[in-house]
Amino acid sequence: MTDLTALTLAEARDALKAKTFTATELTEAYLSAMEKARGLNAYVLETPEKARAMAAASDARLAKGEAGALEGIPLGVKDLYCTEGVRTTACSKILGNFVPPYESTVTSNLWADGAVMLGKLNNDEFAMGSSNETSAFGNVINPWRRKGSDGAIDPTPLVPGGSSGGSSAAVAARLCVGATGTDTGGSIRQPAAFTGTVGIKPTYGRCSRWGIVAFASSLDQAGPFARTVRDAAILLKSFASVDPKDTTSVDLPVPDYEASVGRSIKGKVIGIPKEYRVDGMPAEIEALWQQGIEWLRAAGAEIREISLPHTKYALPAYYIVAPAEASSNLARYDGIRYGLRVPGDDILDTYELTRAAGFGSEVRRRIMIGTYVLSAGYYDAYYVRAQKVRTLIKRDFDLAFQAGVDAVLTPATPSSAFGIGEMSGGDPVEMYLNDVFTVTVNMAGLPGMVVPGGLDKKGLPLGLQLIGRPFEEETLFQVGEIIEQAAGRFTPEAWW
Amino acid sequence: MSVDRSTVVRVAHLARIRVADEEVDKLQGELNSILGFVEQLAELDVSDVEPLTSIVPIAMKKRVDVVTDGGIPKKVTANAPQSEDDFFVVPKVVE
Repeated sequence: MTDLTALTLAEARDALKAKTFTATELTEAYLSAMEKARGLNAYVLETPEKARAMAAASDARLAKGEAGALEGIPLGVKDLYCTEGVRTTACSKILGNFVPPYESTVTSNLWADGAVMLGKLNNDEFAMGSSNETSAFGNVINPWRRKGSDGAIDPTPLVPGGSSGGSSAAVAARLCVGATGTDTGGSIRQPAAFTGTVGIKPTYGRCSRWGIVAFASSLDQAGPFARTVRDAAILLKSFASVDPKDTTSVDLPVPDYEASVGRSIKGKVIGIPKEYRVDGMPAEIEALWQQGIEWLRAAGAEIREISLPHTKYALPAYYIVAPAEASSNLARYDGIRYGLRVPGDDILDTYELTRAAGFGSEVRRRIMIGTYVLSAGYYDAYYVRAQKVRTLIKRDFDLAFQAGVDAVLTPATPSSAFGIGEMSGGDPVEMYLNDVFTVTVNMAGLPGMVVPGGLDKKGLPLGLQLIGRPFEEETLFQVGEIIEQAAGRFTPEAWW
Repeated sequence: MSVDRSTVVRVAHLARIRVADEEVDKLQGELNSILGFVEQLAELDVSDVEPLTSIVPIAMKKRVDVVTDGGIPKKVTANAPQSEDDFFVVPKVVE
């Protein structure tokens, strides 16, 4: 039998229905792949017993012809999603051994459709990071490695991107068929670009945030990682729902996203924003962008240069809005109701000692920035101004869409994956610049998808980003499929 | 705008995070780096712009004001660092 972990979600789904193999066999193949890949540190908790029980239940449903949309498909879950009875920590020491007594809406949807949980995936602490280097469980190693100019492998470990670094590494290394991620400023799309996987951040309000550990509530959105555009479309249909438990969940029916994969893009207008050319961007990324434009033009799309003049202000505005919301959301970690407690002389002492010991340095820094910009005398100068800038960023996109643009094509990241430790110098802003192309999408609440476009001269994957109109994820799948067909798919050689 | 040492100490206290004396200088540098970066927003004239308060133009959903959950104190306190008889145990707050 061929290696079952090489199959895409669509292939595995069809083979399970055709009874070519069982859900139990598929799950066992992944459990053994996970065991061999522990050095990558993608999983922070493996749940083999649960996986086997869920696979057995899937086999029973498959036998009765009652298969759900994801029946028997083994998935990994970012540790930001609360999973009932399964430790959930957001990869922070402050959540210690927190075991949720409830299940997030998104994962409930996945299990209701028959998916199998393999375990919990590593991420940056509270999703704050772009390299998975802030996790309390340690770094994740990117399954991709650089090649030197002589073609020899450079063994320097690279980051898988962040914050959903466990998810991206696990999907790229075939340690799950697909994975859940969350994206507040680029945390699905940047790691997808760094690992040659497909990742989509849906429109704000498309997926319920209920049961997902909150970082910045007006920006956070759940979305899938997959190996192909079609697989991402299949997963998003199960992720998305209208949820009365999330007041920002939008009351719109969930389309059959997979049906849009393979549709012609003839006549679609693709916007190319001139502001996405930044200083110091490698020529290879510029070349890939041009290549993407040519692929879409060849498929019949109309290419139009557009202007999104407030692009450069998105990242600074984000670094006010996101920390402000985080400082408020993370106030709940006080050592009283769950997680870590460091006893002090009195209640205030207990709070301060607990939070100092429980939060890592990046989280502390962001809470402090957030506290500062919300504090008396600075609220208007920082927070209100940033929210006004956000209106301008959103207006840029609104105007482009009103003028007939169906989707916007941009590079995904300003570089390919970098080495562990290479970006963690003294200046935190250096790391923040990774999200320069992705953060605008969160600020405007739009859907954004990253599709692998090619490899750079170091042999590392580079991604292209598509940005769509609100709730028009179908266009992204339609256009994304064209890129995937033209670029091909990229898989790292197993060395772990 | 930049922050001085005493502001770092005050913000840490507001955020309820204990900061050791020797950490203050480093934090001050990092916070000022971030504040320096966001300073560029001052270039924009936003006097006639409304702040964005809702990303999707929908009225916030309201639920019916009824009890939908409850009676599960054991579940609620299951993760507490310290609990007793279904109550959270906290350090003494009233003398």
